Amino acid sequence: MSEKEQTFERIREEVGSNDVVLFMKGTPVFPQCGFSATVVQVLSRLGLKFKGVDILSDPAIRTHLKEFSDWPTFPQLYVKGEFVGGCDIVREMYQNGELQDYLKQKGVAYQEA
Amino acid sequence: MAMHASEIEAMIKEALPDAQVQIDDLRGDGDHYAATVISTAFAGKTRVQQHQLVYAALKGRMGGVLHALALTTKTP
Repeated sequence: MSEKEQTFERIREEVGSNDVVLFMKGTPVFPQCGFSATVVQVLSRLGLKFKGVDILSDPAIRTHLKEFSDWPTFPQLYVKGEFVGGCDIVREMYQNGELQDYLKQKGVAYQEA
Repeated sequence: MAMHASEIEAMIKEALPDAQVQIDDLRGDGDHYAATVISTAFAGKTRVQQHQLVYAALKGRMGGVLHALALTTKTP
């Protein structure tokens, strides 16, 4: 298996075994980028449990996730294995209530603070 | 390592000829932009697909020379 295929496999494993996964710069406690911090804030306001994957400390994921998702930037949010979007989309969906509906539809528990 | 707003607009219009494009240089540094793109090409597409169309128009510059482009997409 090539490095890319191995990395794709790892990404599939992450998004398959965690309901909500955020590929981000830094960690949920110490985001290293304003866009990542924004999404962490949204997820926290919704009281969502999520897995943060720090792409800065995982160069293979940083390189190959862009192709995996067909998305050029970070952060990237996955819910139940499905790509939801980056910072702009997540923020917009949260503000108009679409994200909450989406979570309900996907059967992901959240509790708005 | 930056792009001019006019260059971004031109690339989007080349790929989406009917698009109305508004670009704001958020910090005046040629590196952090906000763009609103209105095009009939977005009809029936999810928001992710709409943004992917714009990123495709930028031919790999997004996430590279273009660090930050806050994107809003709409249909007319």
